[in-house]
Amino acid sequence: MSNIKISVKNLYKIFGDNPSEMIEHLEAGYTKESLLKEFGHVLGLRKINMDILQSDTQVIMGLSGSGKSTLVRHFNRLITPTTGDIIIDDENIIKKTDLEIRNMRRHKISMVFQNFALFPHRTVSQNIAYGLITQGLEQGKINSKIDKWIDKVGLNGFEDHYPSQLSGGMQQRVGLARALATDGEIILMDEPFSALDPLIREEMQEVLLKLQKDIQKTIIFITHDLDEALKLGDSIAILNNGEIVQKGSPQNIILRPINNYVAKFTKNINRSRVIQVSSIMDDDLKVNGPTIDGNMLIENALEVLSEKGSLTGIVTHNSKPIGSVNLYKLIKVINQPALIK
Amino acid sequence: MDNLYTFPSMDPQALRDLKKSIDSSFLEFSRSYGEAIEIFFEPLLLTLVWLEKLLIESPWPITILVLTGLAWITSRSWLATLFSATAFLIIGYLGMWPDTMATLAIISVATLLCIVFGIPVGIWISHSQRAKFVITPILDVMQTIPSFVYLIPVVMLLGIGKVPGLIAVGIYATPPIIRLTNLGIESVSNDVLEAADAMGASRLQKLLDVQLPLALPSIFAGVNQTIMMSLSMVVIASMIGVKGLGLPVLRAISNQYLALGLMNGLAIVALAIIFDRIAQLYGKRLQSYKETIQNE
Repeated sequence: MSNIKISVKNLYKIFGDNPSEMIEHLEAGYTKESLLKEFGHVLGLRKINMDILQSDTQVIMGLSGSGKSTLVRHFNRLITPTTGDIIIDDENIIKKTDLEIRNMRRHKISMVFQNFALFPHRTVSQNIAYGLITQGLEQGKINSKIDKWIDKVGLNGFEDHYPSQLSGGMQQRVGLARALATDGEIILMDEPFSALDPLIREEMQEVLLKLQKDIQKTIIFITHDLDEALKLGDSIAILNNGEIVQKGSPQNIILRPINNYVAKFTKNINRSRVIQVSSIMDDDLKVNGPTIDGNMLIENALEVLSEKGSLTGIVTHNSKPIGSVNLYKLIKVINQPALIK
Repeated sequence: MDNLYTFPSMDPQALRDLKKSIDSSFLEFSRSYGEAIEIFFEPLLLTLVWLEKLLIESPWPITILVLTGLAWITSRSWLATLFSATAFLIIGYLGMWPDTMATLAIISVATLLCIVFGIPVGIWISHSQRAKFVITPILDVMQTIPSFVYLIPVVMLLGIGKVPGLIAVGIYATPPIIRLTNLGIESVSNDVLEAADAMGASRLQKLLDVQLPLALPSIFAGVNQTIMMSLSMVVIASMIGVKGLGLPVLRAISNQYLALGLMNGLAIVALAIIFDRIAQLYGKRLQSYKETIQNE
């Protein structure tokens, strides 16, 4: 399972006339603002280090301007870093030639875009086929793959429609199918659902979750929406001003925000629907009450406790007791305000 | 003080010598290379002669049938087709059939020439900033310089006849297709290009699969412009020996024949309208993907 698929090492991206000379200024402690003011260079990314595990969904979060879209475009080299390395399956993609990069984009990494970026002059089928055409596949194989993905993303009956004839949600299904059809191991998703209205967004998140169960791709998912991040992410990295301020499991980020910036993100979410019982339980095993699985969300645990009329519960993992919770603690965790004011 | 009222111009003798030396060196050039250049343009001449013969010498009902058939295939509009057929019949009835066919031949060849030359140049300048920097001012010159000015060296080189006429028309009518091809390619949205890049499209694949198809409406507007501009050059081209509707117009001007001028002028207008409507309808059909059938 947990082998590292992608490894980012000391990645910097600076926009301007002399980007590589700016690295030492950054090392000397210049900030994004002072670098812009004194040297006229824009800091895109600063000393990014992260490992992404095989078949994980790695969410990268941040407000606009935090550098998340810049970062994701490094993984398929739409953007070349100023310095630093990105290792995918033991290959440093920063050292690849143009041709190697093109092959990597054709076979290994595909991408879904915020504004869909479908080809307006091609039908749904022809859009999905495009990645297969650049792969040089023969028509028969292309057709069978199109059929398969049309079916999987629920576009039956729309094969010969043009993108302008589809709603936003349907268009992004095409975007998704187009990216998945090439069978790459890595999917980059740059705020894919941000342009959709809330109901459709949730529907598309479900579509993605269901697909991911089957296909087990390594997904790098960009979003500014914490609810979406928590729902989809196995791991979350939060970017601010081009730097990663915190990374870790969703639970960890909710329970232990490292600073105000992260705390602000987590302030408005429904904690009872995110936090699992095991991450807040006590070690005390000498209590009575119903058993609650460690993976259960607080919301559901509260329901179990109130149903049984018990103040305490025993937390289990694979049916073995591993700790306990009580009602007061659960309520306190839900109401706990952001750690830093 | 005098220098403020009369411009301190070049010595008249020196100026005369300068002009003379330019003239004589061009004459020298045309004497030594004129023949080679003529041979170079030979295929163009043969095509034009062949098409003109075909249009004039075929039985007129067949020609009209073929022309209106083409109008139908490209426009799929009964109105445009009917208009073309009627216009051709009236033109024929008023005795302008051979001239109209000659004009049609030169316009067709000139347009083809402009497209073959213009589209690649348009593609080139949208991919190379340097080429654009050099070529844009040349296009400005081509469009604004009075046509008589470049008729002089063309006639000096190639004499009077069809080919010089074709070149004169080409110089005037090529810029719009270059400009509009370039505009069409540059206005393809970056998002779509990024998507093609992300899928590993090569530069050529991007050009053929994404840029050109999306630029097609704009390129078509360019073709349309080119046709209109070559039609407007018909009279000037007739001054250097191009047969067609321009010649009677020229005769009408020098002899004050009102009816002759009007009829031939209106025939040119009719050709222009036919070309324009058909090209526009065809262009619209190419963009059928833009029609939305939302709300299902």
